[in-house]
Amino acid sequence: MDIRMKNMTLCVAAALAVFGCGKEEPKSEAQAPAPAAAPAPAPAPEVVVKIGHAAPLTGPQAHLGKDNENGAKLAIDEANAAGIELGGAKVKFELMSEDDQADPKQGTQVAQKFVDAKVNGVIGHLNSGTTIPASKIYFDAGMPQISASATNPKYTQQGFKTAFRVIANDVQQGATLGDFAAKKLAAKKVAIIDDRTAYGQGLADEFEKAAKADGAEVVAREFTNDKATDFAAILTKIKGKKPDVVFYSGMDAQAGPMAKQMKGLGVKAKFLTGDGGCTPEFIKLAGDAAGESNYCSLPGVPLEQMPGGAAFREKFKKAYNADIQLYAPYLYDAVNVMIDSMKRANSADPAKYLPEIGKTTYDGVTAKVQFDDKGDLKEGPISLYQVKDGKWNYLETMGGAPAAAAAPAAPAPEAAKPAEKK
Amino acid sequence: MRMNLPAFARDPRFSWVGMVLVAVALVALPFVVGGGFGNSWMRVVDSALLYIMLSLGLNIVVGFAGLLDLGYIAFYAVGAYLYALLASPQFGLHLPFWVILPLGAAVAGMFGVILGAPTLRLRGDYLAIVTLGFGEIVRIFLNNLDAPVNVTNGPQGIAQIDPVRIGGAALSKSQQWFGLTVPSVYLYYYLFVVLTLLVIFVTVRLEDSRIGRAWVAIREDEVAAKACGIDTRNIKLLAFAMGASFGGLSGGLFAGFQQFVSPESFSLLESIMVLCMVVLGGMGHIPGVILGGVLLAVLPEVLRSGAGIWQRALFGKILIDPESLRMLLFGLALIAVMLYRPAGLWPEARRRREMAAAGEAPGKRA
Amino acid sequence: MDIFIQQIINGLVLGSIYALVALGYTMVYGIMGLINFAHGEVVMIGALTSLSIIKLLAGTSLPGPVVVLIGLAGAIPVCMALGFTIERVAYRPLRAAPRLAPLITAIGVSIVLQQVGMLIWGRNYHAFPGLLPTTPRHILGAQITDLQVLIVVLAALIMAALILLVNTTRIGRAMRATAENPDIAGLMGVDVNQIISITFVIGSALAAVAGVMVSANYSIAHYYMGFILGLKAFTAAVLGGIGNMGGAMLGGVLLGLIESLGAGYIGDLTGGFLGSNYQDVFAFFVLILVLVFRPSGLMGEKLAERA
Repeated sequence: MDIRMKNMTLCVAAALAVFGCGKEEPKSEAQAPAPAAAPAPAPAPEVVVKIGHAAPLTGPQAHLGKDNENGAKLAIDEANAAGIELGGAKVKFELMSEDDQADPKQGTQVAQKFVDAKVNGVIGHLNSGTTIPASKIYFDAGMPQISASATNPKYTQQGFKTAFRVIANDVQQGATLGDFAAKKLAAKKVAIIDDRTAYGQGLADEFEKAAKADGAEVVAREFTNDKATDFAAILTKIKGKKPDVVFYSGMDAQAGPMAKQMKGLGVKAKFLTGDGGCTPEFIKLAGDAAGESNYCSLPGVPLEQMPGGAAFREKFKKAYNADIQLYAPYLYDAVNVMIDSMKRANSADPAKYLPEIGKTTYDGVTAKVQFDDKGDLKEGPISLYQVKDGKWNYLETMGGAPAAAAAPAAPAPEAAKPAEKK
Repeated sequence: MRMNLPAFARDPRFSWVGMVLVAVALVALPFVVGGGFGNSWMRVVDSALLYIMLSLGLNIVVGFAGLLDLGYIAFYAVGAYLYALLASPQFGLHLPFWVILPLGAAVAGMFGVILGAPTLRLRGDYLAIVTLGFGEIVRIFLNNLDAPVNVTNGPQGIAQIDPVRIGGAALSKSQQWFGLTVPSVYLYYYLFVVLTLLVIFVTVRLEDSRIGRAWVAIREDEVAAKACGIDTRNIKLLAFAMGASFGGLSGGLFAGFQQFVSPESFSLLESIMVLCMVVLGGMGHIPGVILGGVLLAVLPEVLRSGAGIWQRALFGKILIDPESLRMLLFGLALIAVMLYRPAGLWPEARRRREMAAAGEAPGKRA
Repeated sequence: MDIFIQQIINGLVLGSIYALVALGYTMVYGIMGLINFAHGEVVMIGALTSLSIIKLLAGTSLPGPVVVLIGLAGAIPVCMALGFTIERVAYRPLRAAPRLAPLITAIGVSIVLQQVGMLIWGRNYHAFPGLLPTTPRHILGAQITDLQVLIVVLAALIMAALILLVNTTRIGRAMRATAENPDIAGLMGVDVNQIISITFVIGSALAAVAGVMVSANYSIAHYYMGFILGLKAFTAAVLGGIGNMGGAMLGGVLLGLIESLGAGYIGDLTGGFLGSNYQDVFAFFVLILVLVFRPSGLMGEKLAERA
């Protein structure tokens, strides 16, 4: 049943995509400087604005890709329902969703396809490994790109004025997690495992730096990969080092079984993961090991604390008959930030609305979105969660500026870190 | 008509006309494809050319010498990373491409020998698993050599790689030729076509040489080949080295074209894909291998844009998620082609005859 | 010391899982000389089929192990039918074809099964319910669950049963004859097609068993799970000497031990220069070393002229 629902939504998305690359192309070209439409007020001709979205829709990360697509889709549907007008013409937004298979080569292929199809902006990609090479193509084409899940700092360090992201990067998140482990969980000894992906390694390195700076000792630095299911060997080794906290830097499909195997092997340490493990899947997969010794972090502020956040969760559930996996709320914000910028520029022409993106101040469902001069989220807050009664339960928010609260002192050293790195 | 064709083809006048026609077609292709269908299709063509070079390289090892190699992509990776390390901010080196490409081919060739040497005694599937292991070892090292000394930048990959520059003009930017704007993907296309033709020329000459015949002899019967005085060890190592160097060349071009390399581009699936191109096209037969490379590089992209549209046309709605359908059809195509043309789409004449003979005596195995 | 014993146990369990899958690989290879790349995908289908059945029965009051058994009983015929079909459609027509042709159809079948798995069971990871007892037992300071003991015992039992089947029964004799030379076997009155079908069906039933054991042990099932597992099992089968039942078991256990000890101790051995990230390098390095000295695996026959 679950599957049927999914296929239905896909049908819709694909149908839109098909139409997107089909006959309506001329319209979207005509829309840019809309004065022609202005003098004819009668039944204002609909202008199609296409937004590209890329994520792996097949392969091991397909579930996250689909989640991303759903998040973006929801924002598009709402914008269409709201009946937005740009330059006097009524606008119909369309999502053109493509599968990049988490492969850098396919990523650039898809990017080129978006550029050819003259989409008005791109949301994505999911992985840092595809986002970074694709960003070059978007930059060359002057195409605005907002990623909502690629957290590798390098993405915005390339000096591309077209590249933005609405999620805290690995430096921000890793440092917060390190602080949390050393200070809040009072860990003297930490063990770190990463999955040797661009995401996992980047986050683990930042965690290690911060934990060491706070006086914790890294007793083991182990590795696995993003397709593994057996962690007995590395966990046994870690058990011998008696750490207080085990930090896993990777995705839920590994984090869940890992927590379970930790329990099976009798490793008595707290288990901490980043956003990749902060999902309902983790709890499902960890089974009886999903107890209060598990912690995770998510960039941004919990949905429940943001205006419209709780409503988003309900809308999502209603629209797709599925729980939010991970990044859907960030995707939702990313699309809304893009549409918001178009509204302020009163145009969907990339050249016209691109400068507006940098000036964004938008209350999203995950955070108050403002960009720094690189296109990164300004003062990205990080929230921490703990498993309680089979659910991720909100603990606290560290760093950054939640929408309502005043900015605490924490972001200062964080902001300094990327500069140090060079 | 068909009977007369070979005689006609041997006529030197005909071959000149043919060559000119092919040259004109190759020059005009980007304007037809890119102009007619969009630059994303030219990008597909560019990557198809890289795959053709790869397939031709693997064809030497698998098709000519009969050595099943499942880790071929490692050489592509070596070429790509060499280019990345020597022309990027990683070490602050910015060597020109005409220095790096031959160097990449040579280093990859060396890796070919390193792989070949310990595996000389192995046959068939044992060789397959060792080459597979070798491919994985190379990828794992690339993925992990960011510590203790940062060489490859680990899983983060190497970004901001210099584009290929010819005479000061970077191929990553559109150029003005006689008032005509030529996009970057066209420029890379021309470079790749020239190099692909070079690779084709070398493999054709190799095939007709003493070495080529020695490879085929080893493929057909190694013991007999040895008995005939062929130095099987050196000839096999040469096959590995030659095949690997084409892989290295192609990898260097890939790095310059993408301007980003990371270990995930060099997974086992890529090796399998290239092997499929060789076998599907017609092992050991150069035109067949080229056909295989073109088909398998282009097919997934055709299916990507077609999977949704066809369903709507056929059933009026979308029944299967187009992304799964795309891979599903790809898998089915692999099966169907092999079932109907077991020697490949365009096998060499000798193999076709063998197949016909084998068909008369079912159950016979090579 | 207890850490070392635990690593040995880890290796043994992981190795037995590899062996379960490798036995299926090696049976098919032994008789046809074909790498059945799709075997890992059959394992996946087995795991997910049993999972669907188990989920249906989750509400009933049947005891856990019984539910798992019913799930397994449902998965076995599905996999058998699948194995039979794969052989008929993708391999049989190519028996006289060049050696690599069936390899490509195997890859094709593998891709198709993956996509079918994704269409039926979706993209999400599935948690395998904890129906089997997982309370750990303590042996010399190390821990092992009943399920893990079961996996090790089951792998050894299945291997023994297969060896008996091949060496003592009529079917086994026909299998050996077919492996030796299908043409001559045919002349001697062996129905070669039937024997090959039987081999595939048995191999696929084993895949179903392996699939259920793997997902029960790691509590996870996913449409992509077969590929890596198949690859590791293939490596194990070659290490032991492909085509040889005892070899598959030995190769599996050895590979499991190498991986486990490699991940556990490689860092200490190299003074921290290499870590558990080189676990697979270590495994492949041992494999290459073994094959350099014994080109047809640890227990493989000396098949000098079989290319």
